[in-house]
Amino acid sequence: MASANHESTVSTGEKKPVLMLAEFNTPGECLHAAEKVRDAGYARWDTHTPFPVHGMDGAMGLPDSKLGWIVAVMALTGFVSAAAMIWYMNVYDYPLIIGGKPPLALPSMAPVCFELTILFSAFGAVFGMFGLNKLPRHHHPIFYSDRFAAATDDKFFISIEVDDAKYDAKKTRALLESAKASHIEIIEEEVA
Amino acid sequence: MSSANAPIKEIGELPLAAEQYDFHRITEDVARITENPAPRGWWVLFLTALSLLGGLGLTLAYLFWKGIGAWGNNQPISWAWDITNFVWWVGIGHAGTLISAVLFLFRQKWRTSINRAAEAMTIFAVICALMFPGIHVGRVWLMYYPFPLPNSMGIWPNFKSPLLWDVFAVSTYFTVSLLFWFVGLIPDLATLRDRSKTKLRRMVYGAFALGWRGSNRHWQHYERAYLILAAISTPLVLSVHSVVSFDFATSVEPGWHTTIFPPYFVAGAIFSGFAMVLTLMLVVRVVFKLHGLITLKHIELMNKVILTTGTIVGYAYAMEFFIAWYSGNDYERYVFFVNRATGPYAWAYWTMILCNVISPQLFWKKSWRRSIPLTFVVSIFVNIGMWFERFVIIVTSLHRDFLPSSWGYFHPTPIDVMTYLGSFGLFFTLFCLFIRWIPVIAIAEVKGVLPAADPHHHEEHSHDDSHHEPAHGEASAEA
Repeated sequence: MASANHESTVSTGEKKPVLMLAEFNTPGECLHAAEKVRDAGYARWDTHTPFPVHGMDGAMGLPDSKLGWIVAVMALTGFVSAAAMIWYMNVYDYPLIIGGKPPLALPSMAPVCFELTILFSAFGAVFGMFGLNKLPRHHHPIFYSDRFAAATDDKFFISIEVDDAKYDAKKTRALLESAKASHIEIIEEEVA
Repeated sequence: MSSANAPIKEIGELPLAAEQYDFHRITEDVARITENPAPRGWWVLFLTALSLLGGLGLTLAYLFWKGIGAWGNNQPISWAWDITNFVWWVGIGHAGTLISAVLFLFRQKWRTSINRAAEAMTIFAVICALMFPGIHVGRVWLMYYPFPLPNSMGIWPNFKSPLLWDVFAVSTYFTVSLLFWFVGLIPDLATLRDRSKTKLRRMVYGAFALGWRGSNRHWQHYERAYLILAAISTPLVLSVHSVVSFDFATSVEPGWHTTIFPPYFVAGAIFSGFAMVLTLMLVVRVVFKLHGLITLKHIELMNKVILTTGTIVGYAYAMEFFIAWYSGNDYERYVFFVNRATGPYAWAYWTMILCNVISPQLFWKKSWRRSIPLTFVVSIFVNIGMWFERFVIIVTSLHRDFLPSSWGYFHPTPIDVMTYLGSFGLFFTLFCLFIRWIPVIAIAEVKGVLPAADPHHHEEHSHDDSHHEPAHGEASAEA
């Protein structure tokens, strides 16, 4: 149950606990445990599952994702940039009269404005998601756990940060045990 | 019902993955493809493809040295195999987006076992497609002309040109497809990272997995991003082939100047793309023994899409003739009724009709839809037929223009042939590398559609771990 920090060969500094990690065998057990942790009032905690478990957002009490707003702003930016670009290049800077049409011909602007709206929205969705998730983050104390590799295979985890105001080594462990955790460990990190 | 993901047996639904699959088995079966030594079939395919790719390199070097006079293109046939191949490859790409985006929005969960490979196919097909207009410009070092870059000539691209719309449409399509594919890959790359036995694998997969830890706070934004990408890819994929069709439809060439082109091109694109997905997946499931994940059900459903889109394409062919007749325009009538159906290229036209309109009609019969050999043969027929469709549209319309003194006939040169074969080399080299190093099936997504993935699955079964349906009356009221 102790630290699983086998990786660090040179242990120079002191170690302090940072996370309590509980393992569950099924998505259902993990979901109900998450409901208990939520109801106990914890704030700095998370669940880790190999696939998104249906209903987990509610079980954790998470507010709705704000990503849509980021994408909406980016979509508008894309549309306006495209229109401004076409106007500047073909109307203002070097007017082109093609096929007897006026330089500012709205129908012919539609395809490029549409494509750039989509392109900017996609950037907003992907990089906005990375931003909200604070990814990439290749180092995280949770990876010290050997058992945690199964979080991308077939096991389900709840991690509670030691820094959480409600955290208490005994009570938190008891809560997770009462929620049918199959294994509980404390993850320690070296103090820098 | 015991689980939201369980098949409803009363209406004859079958499970999405074979019954023996649990979460771990899916990880094993998919990840082992990237971990075990490659089977012999892979090496055969890869080395063949690599040789063709080498041939492509030599051919392109010669082409750049010589200029596009090395092709059979002439006046009036200034567009020939190059643009045919471009449209054909872009069209093939469309099925990948349809499977990953449109079927996702329609909650067609069966897509999960084929979407990864189909999206990869999209990206590689678009790479092949982009090559053709790239080399068709002749002076490839001037390829930056269509991009809105400040230059010493002080001029800008002409945004009223459909060819420029195409540049924006196809490059946006490529970028968005790549992003969509990568987002889908992140959790699976993390799976490979966590299974790594060597440091190199852990570093490489770990770098691309971005430190993914399956956090639900992440899954929440991730799923929203996936939904938004699907929602914007759907109009995107419809726009891309519509814009490709504008290259033709906005001209005044009889045979091209047709308002039915955008929907007709989109249907044809999906048709050809599904055929290519089938061709590829039928091979992949045999070489890598994935029969339990890519089941007969998937093949049957894809054959239904082939039947539907093939019939739509047949309708479009008929409608082109009807409108040509109904317009009363002599040139239109000549191009369709005289030249296309009975002219020097009639052989190409009737090959197209046989492959695209007649061959998919076999799939009205259920047992034929579920026949692997027949599916394979028809998928090849459709691939051929759809190439001929673009050939018929481009070359047949161009070879007899308004000035009979310049009428001609197109003869491909060996460089034409080798460039086309070489594009297969490029495509299959990339595809082989993909199936060898990247999870070919979306691991996390397939897990998510197993009956056991429903959090309420185990409760209602109480002590019973088997996947059997409870008797009718047992259906729990609290569900």
